[in-house]
Amino acid sequence: MSTETATAETLDIAPRAGEQEGRQYLTFDVAGETYGVDILRVQEIRGWEPVTRIPNAHECVRGVLNLRGAIVPVYDLRLMLELDWVAYDPETVVIIIKVRQGDSDKHVGIIVDAVSDVINELDIEISNSPSFGEHIKTEFIASLATEKSGGMVMLLDADRLPIAGAGDDDEDTDAD
Amino acid sequence: MASILAVDDSASMRQMVSFTLKGAGYDVIEAADGVEALNIARDKSVNLVITDVNMPNMDGITLIRELRNLPAYKFTPLLMLTTESGAEKKQQGKAAGATGWIVKPFNPDQLLGTIKKVLG
Amino acid sequence: MSIDMAQFHQVFFEESFEGLDIMESGLLDMDPGAVDSEQINAIFRAAHSIKGGAGTFGFGEISNFTHTMETLLDEMRDGRREITTDAVDVLLKSVDVLRDMLTVAQDGGELDQSSVDAQSRELKRVLDNRAPGQSQAADETPESADGADDDGKAPLIGWHVVFRPHAHMMRTGNDPLRLLREFHALGETRVVCDISGVPPFHEYEPEDAVLSWDIHLDEPVEKYQVQEIFDWVEDDCDLAIMEVYADGVESAPAGEPSQKAAPKPTGKPELKLAEPPPERRKGGDRRQKKAATSAGSIRVDVPKIDSLINMVGELVITQSMLSMLGEDFQHEDLPKLLEGLAQLERHTRELQESVMQIRMMPISFTFSRFPRLVRDLSTKLGKKIELKMNGESTEVDKTVIEKIGDPLVHLVRNSLDHGIETPEVRRAAGKPETGTVELNAYHKGGNIIIEIKDDGKGLDGDLLFRKAVEKGLVREDETLTDQQKFELIFMPGFSTAEKISDVSGRGVGMDVVRKNINELGGSIEIDSELGVGTDIVIRLPLTLAILDGQVVRVGDETYIVPLVSILESIQVRPEMINLVGGKGEAFKLRDEYLPIVRMHEVFDVPSEHVEELTEGLLVIVEAEGHKCGLFVDDLLGQHQVVIKSLEENYGSVEGVSGATILGDGSVALILDITGVIRLGGNRPEDFRLQRTA
Repeated sequence: MSTETATAETLDIAPRAGEQEGRQYLTFDVAGETYGVDILRVQEIRGWEPVTRIPNAHECVRGVLNLRGAIVPVYDLRLMLELDWVAYDPETVVIIIKVRQGDSDKHVGIIVDAVSDVINELDIEISNSPSFGEHIKTEFIASLATEKSGGMVMLLDADRLPIAGAGDDDEDTDAD
Repeated sequence: MASILAVDDSASMRQMVSFTLKGAGYDVIEAADGVEALNIARDKSVNLVITDVNMPNMDGITLIRELRNLPAYKFTPLLMLTTESGAEKKQQGKAAGATGWIVKPFNPDQLLGTIKKVLG
Repeated sequence: MSIDMAQFHQVFFEESFEGLDIMESGLLDMDPGAVDSEQINAIFRAAHSIKGGAGTFGFGEISNFTHTMETLLDEMRDGRREITTDAVDVLLKSVDVLRDMLTVAQDGGELDQSSVDAQSRELKRVLDNRAPGQSQAADETPESADGADDDGKAPLIGWHVVFRPHAHMMRTGNDPLRLLREFHALGETRVVCDISGVPPFHEYEPEDAVLSWDIHLDEPVEKYQVQEIFDWVEDDCDLAIMEVYADGVESAPAGEPSQKAAPKPTGKPELKLAEPPPERRKGGDRRQKKAATSAGSIRVDVPKIDSLINMVGELVITQSMLSMLGEDFQHEDLPKLLEGLAQLERHTRELQESVMQIRMMPISFTFSRFPRLVRDLSTKLGKKIELKMNGESTEVDKTVIEKIGDPLVHLVRNSLDHGIETPEVRRAAGKPETGTVELNAYHKGGNIIIEIKDDGKGLDGDLLFRKAVEKGLVREDETLTDQQKFELIFMPGFSTAEKISDVSGRGVGMDVVRKNINELGGSIEIDSELGVGTDIVIRLPLTLAILDGQVVRVGDETYIVPLVSILESIQVRPEMINLVGGKGEAFKLRDEYLPIVRMHEVFDVPSEHVEELTEGLLVIVEAEGHKCGLFVDDLLGQHQVVIKSLEENYGSVEGVSGATILGDGSVALILDITGVIRLGGNRPEDFRLQRTA
C-alpha cells in the first residue's frame, strides 16, 4: 500500500498547540523556485506513487489516490503553473492539503519536485502585491516573501488553486 | 431499589423520565403503550407505574384500569402523566384507579420529588 | 439533581417531526363529515406529545401554540366540535407553522413571528366559532383569589386539617400514611387518630381505609402546600382545611373560588377546596442556542439491531475458532482452516447485509408529502385528482430517501400540471372527472422500482418530436420510435410547457430529474399513450453504499462495471462485426445490432491495450433502454465494492459514477454506463438508429 516516505511527524512540521510564534509555511521546490503553503493546511506529505487516472480530465489532474478511505485527486503543480512536465522521481512528493471550495472543505494532493523547509512568518518579509513576469500564473499566489537569507518564496493561496473547474464542469450540478 | 414502569409513546419523554429515575437509582422499565406496559406488568411486578394518558393501542386510563384489576397491583401507586389541565382527565383516571398524576410539563426534580413521596 | 435537558432534544425533534407528518397525513385524509375516531385520535395524540415534550424540554412557545391546536382537536375527537373543511385547513396550516417553529428551535435561525401570531389568531378564530356558552373552557387562567389573607387579622400560625379517607382510598394506591408523612415534611405535626370508623372485627375489611385523622400543623405554610398534599385524593376523602390564627381563631377560608363541577361522591357535609393554582413553569426561556447536530441520526427497529448482534456473535465465535487453530497449526488442520475462512467470509457478508439493512427506511418517508401536495395543487389548478399510493413500506436506502424526494415532487407536479386534464376536458373525453395519479413502490430483482402513473392526457410523441426538431435537439429526418420520442423530454433544454407555470416550473425539469436519478445509480423510463395516460418508471439500486461489480481491465487500468447493467459478456467473432454508415462500429448479437464502445477510446487510455476486437471481450450492458457492447481487454473478477464519492474532493466525471478501493489499496473507478454510452456515441441518435435498424 502507500509507502509514506515522510509524514508530517517525521518532518517535525506538525503545528504545535498554542503556537506562540507567527504563522508557519511549508516550503517546497517546483522547477527551481521555492513555494510555500500555510502549514495548517497540510494534512500529509507522501512520496509519489502511481495514482488511478481519471479519464478525460485536465492534464494537471494526474489521478486519484486513496487517503485512508477517501478518494483524493492529485494535481501536478508544475502543470498548474503552466510549466513543463517532468518525470517523477524518488524526490517527488505529494502534499495533501485542505482547500475551501464554496462552503465545503476538500482534500487535494499537489505534486511538487521536493519538500524543502518550514519557515516562520517572523523570519520572512512578505510583500502583498507580487508582480511577476508574464510567464508565471499568479492567480493563486497570495504573496511574495523574502527570506533573511535573501531567498524568495512564493506563498500559495490554497483556496485559489485552479481545481474547481478541473473536474466539476457541470454548470447545473445544483439546479434542482 | 424500587422498580418503576415508565409508559409513554413519546420516546423523548420516556427517555427523560427513565434517565431521571435511573439517575436516582431506580430500576426503570420502559414501555411505549398500554398493551406493552400491561404485558410487562403481568410478567414482573413493579413498585410503581407512571404512564402517559394519550397513547396508541391502549391509552393510559385503560392501562390503569386493567392494572388495578390485577391482584398484584391492587395497592400499587399508578401515576398518570398528563397535560390535560382540565379536571376531566384526572377524574377519569381516578375513576379508573389512578393514584395521582404529574402535570406536564414537569422537570426532573419535580418528577423525582413526586416519586420519592409516593414510594416513601 | 440537575439534568441537562438538551440531551433529549434531538429525540424530541425527531419524534416531533414524525408527529407532524402523522398530523399532516391524518388531516389530509380527513373527510369532513365522516371521521374515523381513531384517525382523529392519532392526530390528537401527535399534537399532545409535541405539546407535552415542548413544555418539558423548554420550548414554551411551541408548547403554547400546540396547545391551541390540541384543544381544537380534543373537541373534535370528543364530538363536541364539528369537523369543518375550514377547521381542517387551519389545522393543516398550523402544522406548517409548527414545523417552522420546530425547525428554528432545532437549527436556529429567524422565526417568522408574524406568521406564528397570525396562525395563532386563525386557530383562536376557529375555536371561538363554537357555541358561545362554552367559550371559556380551560384556557382562562383561574387566578385564585389569594389576596384575602392578611388584612387586620392575627397572623397565621398553622393549619388544622380533618382528613377522613373513604373506604376505597387505599385501592387507588394512595396510602394515608404517605400523606401524613408529607405533613411532617412541612413542619411540626400533631396527629390524632379517630378510630370510631373501625367496624366490629367480623365486618372488618382489611383493604378498606377505616381510620380518620385530625391533623394539626404548627407551621404557617402557604395554603397551596397543604392542598397539594391532598391533590390526588380530594375525591377519595372528606377533607376540611382550616387556618389557625394566633388569636386562636380557626376558620375555613371563606369565599372559596370556583368550586369544581365534579360530582361529589358523598352527601356528607364537607369542606372542599379549590384546585391549587396550576403551577406555572417558566421553562420556555432556556432555549438552547446551539443547533442540534443535523448529522442526521437514524431510528432503527429493534429486530434489526438484534440480528446485527447475532451476526457479531457468530463472527466472534468464528474468530476465536480461527485463532485457536492458529495457535498450533498442523498441516492436517488445513481443511479446518479453509472451512473457518469460508465461515468468516459468510458471516462477514451477512454482517455487511445487516448493517446495510440499518440504512433502509420505508419509502413512506418520501411519499408522505404527496397527499398534501396533490391536495394543494389540485385545488390551485382547479382539477379533481385522486392520489393512490402503494408499497409505502418498501424499504430503500436512507440516501435514496433524501435524494429522491425532489425528483419525485417534480414528476408528480408534472403529472398534475400537464398530465391530468381539467374536469371539463376529461368529461368531454369520456373519462371520469376525477383523474388518478398513482405512486407505486416495489422491489424487483435487485432494484427498487418507483412508478408514477397517471390517467391524464398522455404524451404526444409527434409534438415532442417537432419541439425537439425546432430546438435543434434532433434532426428532422430521424426516425424515432414512440418510446424514443417520449424520452426526448429528458434532453437538456427541452420543456413542453407552453407557458411557464409556477407549478412545474420552467424547463429545468426532466433532464435534471434524470441526472439526479442517475446520480443515485438509477434510471428512469417513460411510457405513454396519448389520451390514456403516462407511466414513469424509476429504477434504483437497493443500496447506494455497495454494489456488485465486474472488474474489467483496459490497458493498465481497471474499472468496475456494475453487475446490474451487464447482460452478458462475449468474445466477438469477425463475422459479427460491421460498420454502420461510417458512424461507428456495431456488431450483431442474435437479432440486434448493437454499437461497440471501445473503453480505451472513450477513456483515452494511454497504456498499451488490445486493439483487435476479436482479441478482447465485449461486455454487453444496458442502461436507460440503450444497449451496447463495451470493448475491454479482459474480465478480472467479480467483487462487492464499497462505493466512494469522487465528488467529495473532486467532481463529477462523465462516464464514472464513483470510485472504490480495491483489496490492494488502489483506487478503481466505477463506470456509469449511461455516461459511457453517451461518451461513446456523443450522438445518442446514432444508437437509437441502430436499435430500430
